[in-house]
Amino acid sequence: MKLVENAAGRLVPDEINGKEAIPFMGVGKYRPSGRKYGPSIPTCIDYPEDNNKVVGSLKEALVRCGLKDGMTVSTHHHLRDGDLVSNQIFAIASELGVKDLVWLPSASFPCNDPVIQYLEDGTVNRIEGSMNGPLGMFVSEGRMKGMAVLRSHGGRVQAIQDGDVKIDIAVLAAPAADSFGNARGTGGPSPTGVIGYAKPDYLYAEKVIVVTDNLVNLPCFPMEIEGNYVDYVVVTDKIGIPEKIVSGTTQITKSPDRLLIAELTTSFLEKSGLLRDGATMQAGAGGTSLAIAVYVHQLLKKKGWKLSFGFGGSTKYMVDMLEEGHMGYILDAQAFDLDSVASIEKNLNHIAYPVFNAYNYHSKGNLTTMMDIMILGATEIDTGFNGNVVTHSDGLLLHGIGGWQNCLHARNVIVPVPLFRDRIPVIVDRVTTLCGPGELIDVIITERGIAINPRRQDLIDAVRGKGLPLVTIEELKDIAEKICGKPEKADFDDRVVAAIKWVDGTVIDAVRKVKR
Amino acid sequence: MKQVITGNTGPRIRSDIEVMLELTETGGIELNLKSKVKTMYGKAIERQCRDLLHYFGIENARLSMNDSGALPFVIAARIEAAVKALTGTEKCFIPEMAAENLYASSRDRFRFSRLYLPGNSPGMFLNAGLHSPDGVILDLEDSVAPERKDEARILVRNALRVVNFYGAERMIRINQGERGLDDLEMLIPHNVHLVLIPKCEDAETVRKVDNRIREIKAREGQNEMVFLMPIIESAAGVEHAMEIATAAKSVVAMAIGLEDYTADLGVQRTKEGKESLYARNRLVVASKAAGIQPIDSVFSDVGDMEGLLNNVLSAKAMGFEGMGCIHPRQIAVIREGFSPSPQELEKAKKIVIAYRDALEKGLGVVALGTKMIDPPVVARAEKTITLAVRLGLLPENWIDLEESKN
Repeated sequence: MKLVENAAGRLVPDEINGKEAIPFMGVGKYRPSGRKYGPSIPTCIDYPEDNNKVVGSLKEALVRCGLKDGMTVSTHHHLRDGDLVSNQIFAIASELGVKDLVWLPSASFPCNDPVIQYLEDGTVNRIEGSMNGPLGMFVSEGRMKGMAVLRSHGGRVQAIQDGDVKIDIAVLAAPAADSFGNARGTGGPSPTGVIGYAKPDYLYAEKVIVVTDNLVNLPCFPMEIEGNYVDYVVVTDKIGIPEKIVSGTTQITKSPDRLLIAELTTSFLEKSGLLRDGATMQAGAGGTSLAIAVYVHQLLKKKGWKLSFGFGGSTKYMVDMLEEGHMGYILDAQAFDLDSVASIEKNLNHIAYPVFNAYNYHSKGNLTTMMDIMILGATEIDTGFNGNVVTHSDGLLLHGIGGWQNCLHARNVIVPVPLFRDRIPVIVDRVTTLCGPGELIDVIITERGIAINPRRQDLIDAVRGKGLPLVTIEELKDIAEKICGKPEKADFDDRVVAAIKWVDGTVIDAVRKVKR
Repeated sequence: MKQVITGNTGPRIRSDIEVMLELTETGGIELNLKSKVKTMYGKAIERQCRDLLHYFGIENARLSMNDSGALPFVIAARIEAAVKALTGTEKCFIPEMAAENLYASSRDRFRFSRLYLPGNSPGMFLNAGLHSPDGVILDLEDSVAPERKDEARILVRNALRVVNFYGAERMIRINQGERGLDDLEMLIPHNVHLVLIPKCEDAETVRKVDNRIREIKAREGQNEMVFLMPIIESAAGVEHAMEIATAAKSVVAMAIGLEDYTADLGVQRTKEGKESLYARNRLVVASKAAGIQPIDSVFSDVGDMEGLLNNVLSAKAMGFEGMGCIHPRQIAVIREGFSPSPQELEKAKKIVIAYRDALEKGLGVVALGTKMIDPPVVARAEKTITLAVRLGLLPENWIDLEESKN
């Protein structure tokens, strides 16, 4: 393996875990060739005539799937921090003496921290997915055997579809399933609302196991996982801890400083003309984003406007817009709170819409370019408008990419962030880890001023003279450094511990081991 | 005493630093830093600590720090407080005055909202001015624990020099009695615009504070007037409202503190406020008679914005011209409440225009439709218009614009 400089000027490995890797070539520059990946052709001969695929335990299912050394096992993250299934896979594998597995989750949560012991005992070679908290620390300290690969939600779909990763066994938890393997996200003791993150897994995996705590009569309808792709169904007591799967109610930030940023953002959306009747919008479930959703809703009411659709991560605040006639549809990749789960069940205009369909860059177009207003966060933004979402300024890997990179392709990307967190500047001269190129990030909104990317002269013209505190990104950086002092850079070892993929599967940056 | 702790640490503490200083006989300076920003600022913090200890002439010490992202002015204040507690030195380390903190205030500026900032909680200082309160109060009195009073004073001094309050009137609330006069000694030189005098019961207290401030200002060669806002918080204070309001030329406003007032009366404070109606009326009348601004008590339920707005509207109806805030989210509501409503403004415009027309036509009587308008009504309408212009709700040439419409 050697390090090569990519088009963004970052040194990245040309080989990842023994496979050739393509360095980032620039936005929209890499053109794939060849055909999509496909799993082996199955035959009904191998499946029971009554189509009852229920087996006794997850262990039995894994053994029947032929679990062995070096396999890739995938899971989805709809159970969020209440996931009781994923860790079991590795406990079983460890018990069976299986080594060097690759775990491909669509995201991991603090509840997955026990996987560290299976990384340590050699059961798991590496994680290709998001790494938060202690798992991120474990990787940053160089303790994981293989190299981590971080992909966006859409990048994960791309990698599976293109055959960059081949899933041997997909273990897919489902709040409701029938004995044939049809499954959905509603009903039962552990509802998640939708289970769309499982779509590439069940379509492309060699073997598919559905795990449910709510076996229903055939047909489990409307199914998000189709039974004719499923090998085994496992019925268990409990797939998740309900109060950790979705929040009772997602909470708007109480921080007056964050609320100020949310107000400023809403004012920008109004004065720039980006918010209008029929616009499309997406905001996350962070406290500031929720506050923005509430303020935007108030503005829509005042003006008598209706957003044509919103893409979720859905929350109560989007559901309110839908129900009060200020949003035409919610297209939903994941439900964050109980109101959203309830809404999916009863409202025909609240539609399950997997990231499989919304975010994949190797697709015949995708949803992200249809969004007028995209509200995103970041841990760091630099004076070139480049963004970082995976590491902090101290170099530790602490967040996943989520859908962030995919969402950068929206028409107007707006990043409301505090200028500094405690003493740590968010606006810096060069991001610690590059996750998104500055040419795709349009507006930075902080409590101490709004910086618009010079590439967006149209937006600058639209808001000039309208009483908004416009500054340059360099000014923002200077204000942050004046208040906090100039930060020193993190000290890294040479060893690459994680590769950051761009939406097209090329390598945009690498994370190195931190020096202690 | 050989060892002392200053500053704060804990799971909910941010932007502060806990400093544990122990003087030793030999061994030089031994530093032990725990910090969430160590990677970015560890070296800078250690350098700053060594420089400060050297400045105070300390050559041998053990200094342990638990940092949650404190800015340099906070670190400096915590170390100075620790050194002072151990050595009793009179020496101060005074940070450079930021150019943007040299603005002046004026007697008749608005004091609708003034935001209380607990004087020993630096995390709340930095963004306070961004919420556009008319004033920020760095509080040394009730929000600071008795054993933390000394360190808070040093922290507030540094904040007055370093933190940008973005145009808000720079206020401090001093302690009662002698300690309060000592607060003045340390803080007045650093462009304090206004001093709140807590639990004020007589004119003598006001004069003492006023005299001390003038002494300090003269000594420092500074000549701006520092304004005073006595806070009436007792039955005796209410009874002496008029003499307090006129005790010194520098008194520009008088506030009421209802928690202490109701406690003094031995009654419950209620939302309707019947128990304090007399005191509030008395304070408004005395203030108006003295030509100063009457300011209402804080509204303590920070989650209830509707209740706050109703409270502001009733205060405004009684004649109050401002209110304290304990949370930044209260500021906009208070401003909105004290600002003229669109209906009020429309009515005032009509009255002023009718008055002008009557003057032009040489009529002795002003009428709006079939209704006669008395001179005090015109005067009130003019006050509303002046307020609206100063708040930017009306352009200064509004009357020409109105006429060009017709």
